[in-house]
Amino acid sequence: MTDAIPEFKKAEVTQVGLTGSALASGLGATTRREIAIILAVAVIVIGGLEAVLWWYAVPQYILPRPSLIAAALVKEFPLILPHLGYTMVSLLSGFAIGAGTGMILAAVVTQYPFVEKVITPYILVLVTTPMLALVPLLILRFGFGYTPRIIAVALAVGPMVMINAATGFRRTDSAKIALARSYGASTLQIFWKIRAPMALPMILVGLMIGAIFGLLTTVGAEMVGGGFGLGNRLTTYSSMIDMPEFFAVILLLSVIGILIYVIFFLIGKKWASWET
Amino acid sequence: MVAKLAIRDAGKRYGDLDALKGCSFDVADKTIVSIVGPSGCGKTTLLWSMSGLHGLTSGQVDLDGQKITGPRPEIGLVFQEANLLPWRNLMGNILFPFEVKGQKPDMPWIDHLMDRVGLTGFEKRMPRELSGGMQQRGSIVRALSLRPQVLLMDEPFGALDAFTREEMNRLVEEIWLETRTTIVFITHSIEEAIFLSDRVIVLSKRPGRVMADYTVGLPRPRSLEVMASREVFDLMNQIKADIYGMSSMRSKAAE
Repeated sequence: MTDAIPEFKKAEVTQVGLTGSALASGLGATTRREIAIILAVAVIVIGGLEAVLWWYAVPQYILPRPSLIAAALVKEFPLILPHLGYTMVSLLSGFAIGAGTGMILAAVVTQYPFVEKVITPYILVLVTTPMLALVPLLILRFGFGYTPRIIAVALAVGPMVMINAATGFRRTDSAKIALARSYGASTLQIFWKIRAPMALPMILVGLMIGAIFGLLTTVGAEMVGGGFGLGNRLTTYSSMIDMPEFFAVILLLSVIGILIYVIFFLIGKKWASWET
Repeated sequence: MVAKLAIRDAGKRYGDLDALKGCSFDVADKTIVSIVGPSGCGKTTLLWSMSGLHGLTSGQVDLDGQKITGPRPEIGLVFQEANLLPWRNLMGNILFPFEVKGQKPDMPWIDHLMDRVGLTGFEKRMPRELSGGMQQRGSIVRALSLRPQVLLMDEPFGALDAFTREEMNRLVEEIWLETRTTIVFITHSIEEAIFLSDRVIVLSKRPGRVMADYTVGLPRPRSLEVMASREVFDLMNQIKADIYGMSSMRSKAAE
């Protein structure tokens, strides 16, 4: 049997995964020409900024020239590096706790629609309230160490992951569950083989947004109190008007943010691309 | 003839709505039986109760004289749309039942089936890369991979275009000629029902009950000539008349 007869493709499912987002198009450069143009634009933007700042002699406490920022980054890097590590510790531990709790809660709660109805308002409050606001309180209770930061990050990440993962777990397809049941699948098998893979694209969206929120909260908490972390460096450098160093730290923070995005984009491409 | 499946006074209520009421018939072993009827006549409800996935409100379905109370390994199911898991490639989908059951897949049989339906070479493709007809062929391989004694097919080709549909019908006949699996086939295409079946059962409007029961004694494999014969034409009109209840059609069919 051959497929000589052309068939119309079935309508695609609405894209919800990361790979379907508009942001993804930026990572899609393939041809040498595209890459060359993208690099050329970057050079023009950075070079142009450098030239304009130099030409108008903009004072460095307003906006330092890119070359000064680069020089500061190289010079200060050994001093900044440990702080990068402290920030990553807060971010990763808070993220792990928050994301783990969020995913488990979402998986459990979506099984019980009534429980979900009862707790959703609280989750919404947690999602919409900036957890940064709690940091002074947490510092009072837990001191200036990692604890208040990790708690704040977990509180920022958890609800965000939960709300997205719950959306994913709610997308049950009764025909696919029936399929599994017709082969005698247990509830646990249905969860791992049907519900979880089906929820995965939304879980990844939740994890990515959660990680970005986590980064925000980490840096914010570090700025509020405690003598370490990249956020703390920002307050220190700005208080000393060391603007090139200040921007060097900002540059590192954007690198972390971009890495978060790229990592989840790649995971999505590998494991959740079936949806796009 | 031995009744492979026996539907005994099957009834199903949804709230205060009778979807199915007092529906009884037998399905003989190694035959193809089609169920046709107007939409909402409870065809799908009936098939799902045969699969053991949904219970009945009254009556029962017996497999080899034993009441069906849940999904049975002897019964395979082909769904309305191919119902492949989009995150698994074709072979991953076909091995899914074995994975759930913790059984070692019967690879020679699966390879034979894949070859039979023309899917050899597409094992690594994702469902979205396959046409609708190929997806449904994949789902037939998945259902047959466990060598079920009964295959329940719920309007499997309804979403396909007419050409692909005819191709799929011939494929089902070929597979039946080889395996002699008992098939219960739900369809809203009367032509499809006659082409495939040894028996066509017509269900009435809600609540669904058996309104007519025709034996199709045409030789197999059923050629285009056979399908264009007067006999088939008359039977088609007779069934249409049953369904629509139109006297003009009834008289035409009686000529």
